[in-house]
Amino acid sequence: MNATPRTSDRLATLLRPGRSRALAGFALAAVLLFAVAPVLLSPFRLGLLAKFLCLAMVAVGIGLAWGRGGLLTLGQGVYFGLGAYLMAMHLKLADAGPGGVPDFMSLYGTGEVPWWWEPMRSPAATILLIVLVPAVLAGLLGWAVFTRRVRGAYFAILSQALAAAFAILLIGQQQTTGGTNGLNGFRAFFGYDLTDPVNQRMLYLIAAGVLLVMVLVARQLMVSRFGELLVAVRDGEDRVRFLGYDPAAVKTVVYVVAAVMAAVGGALFVPIVGIISPADVGVVPSIGFLVGVAIGGRATLLGPVLGSIAVSWAQTTVSEQFPSGWIYFQGALFILVIAFLPGGLASLVRRRRRGGAAPPDPRDDDAPTDPAPPDPAPVPHTEGRPA
Amino acid sequence: MRLRTPAATRNLGGLSLAALTVVTLTACGAQVDSPGADASAATGTTCVDTSGDTVKIGFLNSLSGTMAISEQTVHDSLQLAAAEINADGGVLGKELEIVTEDGQSEPTVFAEKATKLITSDCVAAVFGGWTSASRKAMLPVFESQDSLLFYPVQYEGLEASPNIFYTGATTNQQIVPALDYLAEQGVESLFLVGSDYVFPRTANKIINAYAAAHDIDVVGEEYAPLGHTDFSTIVNKVKSADADAVFNTLNGDSNVAFFKEYSNAGLSPDEMPVLSVSIAEEEIGGIGVENVKGQLTAWNYYQTVDTPENAAFVEAFQAEYGEDRVTSDPMEAAYDSLYLWKGMVEKAESFAVADVQEAADGVSFDAPEGIVTVNGDNHHIAKTALIGRIGDDGLIHTEWSSEEPIEPDPFLEGYDWAQDLS
Repeated sequence: MNATPRTSDRLATLLRPGRSRALAGFALAAVLLFAVAPVLLSPFRLGLLAKFLCLAMVAVGIGLAWGRGGLLTLGQGVYFGLGAYLMAMHLKLADAGPGGVPDFMSLYGTGEVPWWWEPMRSPAATILLIVLVPAVLAGLLGWAVFTRRVRGAYFAILSQALAAAFAILLIGQQQTTGGTNGLNGFRAFFGYDLTDPVNQRMLYLIAAGVLLVMVLVARQLMVSRFGELLVAVRDGEDRVRFLGYDPAAVKTVVYVVAAVMAAVGGALFVPIVGIISPADVGVVPSIGFLVGVAIGGRATLLGPVLGSIAVSWAQTTVSEQFPSGWIYFQGALFILVIAFLPGGLASLVRRRRRGGAAPPDPRDDDAPTDPAPPDPAPVPHTEGRPA
Repeated sequence: MRLRTPAATRNLGGLSLAALTVVTLTACGAQVDSPGADASAATGTTCVDTSGDTVKIGFLNSLSGTMAISEQTVHDSLQLAAAEINADGGVLGKELEIVTEDGQSEPTVFAEKATKLITSDCVAAVFGGWTSASRKAMLPVFESQDSLLFYPVQYEGLEASPNIFYTGATTNQQIVPALDYLAEQGVESLFLVGSDYVFPRTANKIINAYAAAHDIDVVGEEYAPLGHTDFSTIVNKVKSADADAVFNTLNGDSNVAFFKEYSNAGLSPDEMPVLSVSIAEEEIGGIGVENVKGQLTAWNYYQTVDTPENAAFVEAFQAEYGEDRVTSDPMEAAYDSLYLWKGMVEKAESFAVADVQEAADGVSFDAPEGIVTVNGDNHHIAKTALIGRIGDDGLIHTEWSSEEPIEPDPFLEGYDWAQDLS
């Protein structure tokens, strides 16, 4: 950081308005997340924010895959759930002690730990698997689907079916997955007591840090050659193919990145919220992930994150004020945004900036392309949430 | 000042920020090492404020989502009980202030809202929950925060938390009496149909153990996913198995499809009765009386129960919510739960959790279903078991009664045939 500039050229690159604003934005976000929120919020609200940050991690991935890559993934619950269940299995086994059997297995099952639970006894293996399992699954699935040029609505339906199947599988395997009850009642997280407020704050800080890193990764991907290619695939897949690139590879990579982000979000969700159940990973939550992304602005860097956090936050507060009416607010907001702001709330900010006195942005690193890309797939319908 | 950072590539700016994050993170993480060891001291403190002339309690039911149709009724009867108690001078002279939260039919939300009610609203007790999943999700919250939950629905047993009072039936007050009744009727073979979740699976485990010990053949055991509505295959299996009776633990919408298919297949209550443990007055309208009349149910309360307390309860409920409304077992158990809590608090002369737990044993209430009494050891209540038959009027009429309250035995310790279950 103390090195001196070597070329004025590079200095000029760095001083571009988009870049400085991005850095300032990250610094501001870091201050808000690490300094302001822990001071202002009660432990309960901080815990909620931590949960929202985990959901926002899924949103970052969806922003990349859907907003930039045009892949309408209606099934991110699968990867979220994989990460969450792997972590939950580890926490259950750790609570049971070496060689121990998780409580629910002796209650509802055979009282024996199945072989596929055994790797999760090791913390290191768990962390590795949380990244590897979703990455391999998404890689295989993505490759199989994208090389066959399945896209648009067909891909969306396929991904949604996957989420439905995953939830049904979990429910059916009650003896080894806890069924509809899911897994909960964790006492410790890698040795730290989960009921201790200090440790709960630590979990929040970890979630905040991981989310910031993910946003940085997303940004680097967006401004890289890969990011340009991704947008090109979204806007004209055939042209990209004619130019000699392989769109299937590009899509698979972004699908894997989104899957890993969702899995990490799920893995952190478990110790923070204290429970994971099939109701958190099926079709409805998978669509729920998309709502925040769409409202925030799917093609922008921060739109999905802020949209996701804002929607979760609004959902909680409105539900607290109007316990039986909150779902209408969410539906109405979604319809309004899709109808009048297809680019999400982020496009509102941009529109104001362009119309206002602020100088025009020739190149904006945060969102190199137009905020409202042509949508290759239909917008998710609101029927996903049963009344 | 970061603008001066001469990153060699565009990536370095981002990377350094990432590094900064990690540094911040480890700095924060280090703090935990010392206090992390003696953690338990931090919890267990309560913020319940009983200094004023009101006291807060929480109602946590699903007011949205798939369970709303059932849980709204429980919420209504809780509100009725609270209004009655307030009209009668409150609890220990303090008016009840209700904080309502929506569980949204999701276990995760139940856990979140329970935490909110306990730590932000500082309620003295929480009433609600329906599905086993919602109770299992809330259990660690109430135990770690040391607060009280009153759970009003019959369930699969095998649980007894010091922080939960179970005012619905446990298995030896519903399923076991139902099996006794069937055995008494000369039933020698059973077919089990259930939704695929924890209650039916556990119930059927118990039924299988009972059957093995009582010379009853279980000729089939079928599960349908929750919300499943195509029952032609299962009903065909039931028909060809030709059991003496069907034990039904299906939940929700599935019952509509199951019973329609059942009567379509020409099966009648006379030749092969279905005994259900999840169909109450509220559900009969949805299934259609013509599809279920004559079938059997097992509960601890029916709207037709003939006690003065029930007459008053039904009248008050219909006066509040409309003449067309019916009352059901979970609603009545929820209504009882508030009065039982009141009884415990007044016996303890305190709202403190430890005092209430201490005073709980032996607290009783002249409930609509008859006298119910709290068992201080397992926090369940003694209840009378009733087998009912669904009538043409859409109500359930008592066919058989255990005559006196059955002591709760959630782990079935008093039954030899059940020793291998838990």
